[in-house]
Amino acid sequence: MFLSNMKSLRTGIIPVLAMVLLAGLSACNKKDAGSADNEILIGHYGSLTGATATFGQSAQKGIEMAVDAINASGGVLGKKLKVLVEDDQGNPIEAQTAVTKLINKDRVVAVLGEIASSNSLAAAPVAQQNRIPMISPGSTNPKVTAVGDYIFRVCFIDPFQGLVMAKFATNTLKLKNVAVLRDIKSDYSVGLANFFVENFTKMGGTIVTDISYSQGDKDFTAQLTAIKAKNPDGIFVPGYYTEVGLLARQARKLGIKVTLLGGDGWDSSKLWEIGGDALNGCYYSNHYSVDDPSPILQKFVADYKAKYKGTSDSIPDAMAALGYDAALILADAMKRANSTRPDSVRDALAQTKGFMGVTGNTTLDENRNAVKPAVVLEVVVDAKGNGKNVFKETVSP
Amino acid sequence: MKRILYIFGVIGVLALLQWGLTAVLLDGPVRQGPYYYQILVLAGINIILAVSLNLTNGIAGQFSIGHAGFFAVGAYVAASVSYYGGSAIRAAVSFIPPMGQDAVVLLIALAAAALATALAGLIVGIPSLRLRGDYLAIVTLGFGEIIRVLILNIDAVGGARGFSGIPKLSNFFWVYLMAVATVVTVWNLVRSTYGRAFLAIRENEIAAQAMGIDVTRHKVLAFVIGSMFAGMAGCLFGHYTMYLHTNSFTFVKSFEIIIMIAIGGLGSIEGAVLGAVLLTVLPEAFRGFDSYRMIIYSLALILIMIYRPQGILGQKSLFGKKRRKSATIDAGPTGAKSVAAETGVAGKQ
Repeated sequence: MFLSNMKSLRTGIIPVLAMVLLAGLSACNKKDAGSADNEILIGHYGSLTGATATFGQSAQKGIEMAVDAINASGGVLGKKLKVLVEDDQGNPIEAQTAVTKLINKDRVVAVLGEIASSNSLAAAPVAQQNRIPMISPGSTNPKVTAVGDYIFRVCFIDPFQGLVMAKFATNTLKLKNVAVLRDIKSDYSVGLANFFVENFTKMGGTIVTDISYSQGDKDFTAQLTAIKAKNPDGIFVPGYYTEVGLLARQARKLGIKVTLLGGDGWDSSKLWEIGGDALNGCYYSNHYSVDDPSPILQKFVADYKAKYKGTSDSIPDAMAALGYDAALILADAMKRANSTRPDSVRDALAQTKGFMGVTGNTTLDENRNAVKPAVVLEVVVDAKGNGKNVFKETVSP
Repeated sequence: MKRILYIFGVIGVLALLQWGLTAVLLDGPVRQGPYYYQILVLAGINIILAVSLNLTNGIAGQFSIGHAGFFAVGAYVAASVSYYGGSAIRAAVSFIPPMGQDAVVLLIALAAAALATALAGLIVGIPSLRLRGDYLAIVTLGFGEIIRVLILNIDAVGGARGFSGIPKLSNFFWVYLMAVATVVTVWNLVRSTYGRAFLAIRENEIAAQAMGIDVTRHKVLAFVIGSMFAGMAGCLFGHYTMYLHTNSFTFVKSFEIIIMIAIGGLGSIEGAVLGAVLLTVLPEAFRGFDSYRMIIYSLALILIMIYRPQGILGQKSLFGKKRRKSATIDAGPTGAKSVAAETGVAGKQ
């Protein structure tokens, strides 16, 4: 009974066997590359593919640069740092599995990642449970570090960006009536919008309308028409670059000429390509600016340009800078702890004070969130879609 | 009597495995243990999803591409039950030990998920399954997206932030118990009069109708049962990962499940199981290829489809002939036998 089926099975099983073999080989490769005695393994999980791929790729570039720099100057505790990177495709469950793998299979002593808060939230419990410190370079959702005492971040949190833009809109731009257009699918956008609304009204401004769109939308005419009817003097759009670019173009087409304001989700060179000159005179808050004259930052920018010359993103965005800082802060903590034991590293991380990174003077507070200044950038794009961000001002906490 | 013995046998074996796996993989000497455990559990959840979708797509021949929608409904309904009602349920059964309380909460969540998804399946199925052709595909695709966007806008389940703080109630034992239950149910169903009707509908709807089969009723039945199991898989998923986000329930997930049954062999239960395991394990096994991982993975799928367009197992059943005989000759304890086959203690009576 069995045998009669076996023949037809055989043809099917050959490709499967071949794959299993391949998989086995790949597993071996990894093991050989991994556990040398003179290396300290750290893990990075990020969206190297998928909808927010530029975030993961930029962060990885920044981390690579930091690790190269550290290793060039003698490494940490006489050992070299080695980063193992895992792709999570921008999917929360993939992120959880990737971190489980990094911690248990590769035995990393610390984990760096993720940018998107939903992925960090899915993976953080794994790091916490295994008592491995995790540093998120760019997750701004307050809940991420609330998961436990092993979870840190080197960026500021959503409320702060909402506050920065509210301050900027009120004090610098002197706006009175602002419309809010939030991406309802993104927790990041919702969080930013809430804190903007709260602080802007507190400072005496009026929110004339508060409406939403969904990530992946291509047509924003309905929302923009509704906003136009309210005649605001500014629109706060704390979304991601893809939608913001399209939205800006459509707004200008409808004759809406007022300033658009946003958060660090705008930060991508793709924004200029998509939005073009419709974005001229718009502002967003960010973690750092390439134009900041600080020498440490200028050196970072120069090194980055030299290292990634010829690739499409040769100017470091905030995610690259934050990835860079996250890796440096981790190495700094290991040096101060004089150990790579996860619990000692955690304790040292918690005491990080006044660390001068490329994204500014960073202190980790008692909730393991970074306290640091934010910058406001103006978008300037020419008719050909070549854009740049002009440093406008720094807003301190 | 024998059937009950087999059921207890399965529960016993799984409980033993759970205990053994916890000792070896989670607390034990195998250093990558928790990683393997996670893959094992995710594979089990995918088995439930694939086998249940196989009932609709492979056996009844109706093309549904919204399985992730039902998966999401089950996950969120069950998570809400244990998140908001967990303490009330525990208080009501406070006379049993905490482990038993966990089981009660999970079972109630499972029941709620099953009910909610069956109802959702009924609502989607009745209008769309009356028609022939591609309508079900379109409706289910739409349903999956509607559910996802709906969840994004419900603040009580976290909306865009994701649903965190779900208690960890499910584990290897529950997932594989459910997987065995799914396989046994579908297996027996296929070999019952209903199953014959499903197959007849798949092969030729008009002929089936001419033979006196209530086509719509049977199609809806297959669809509702399939959806119900997807909902239960959702319950186990949410209670294992402790965090739910709608990014896990996009149409990409639906297609992943379709690929599982297509790779395994549309209509074959063992094929669905094999496909589910393969599609969970391969992307992990290919992690060594770094950034080429998804390319290799896709290439592997393409190769399988080139060499085995009917799927690895085709429509064949590994134990097909023996089964069929027993199903037709002695209509008795087929359920028990299938359980035995699944646990590998095949009865040599």
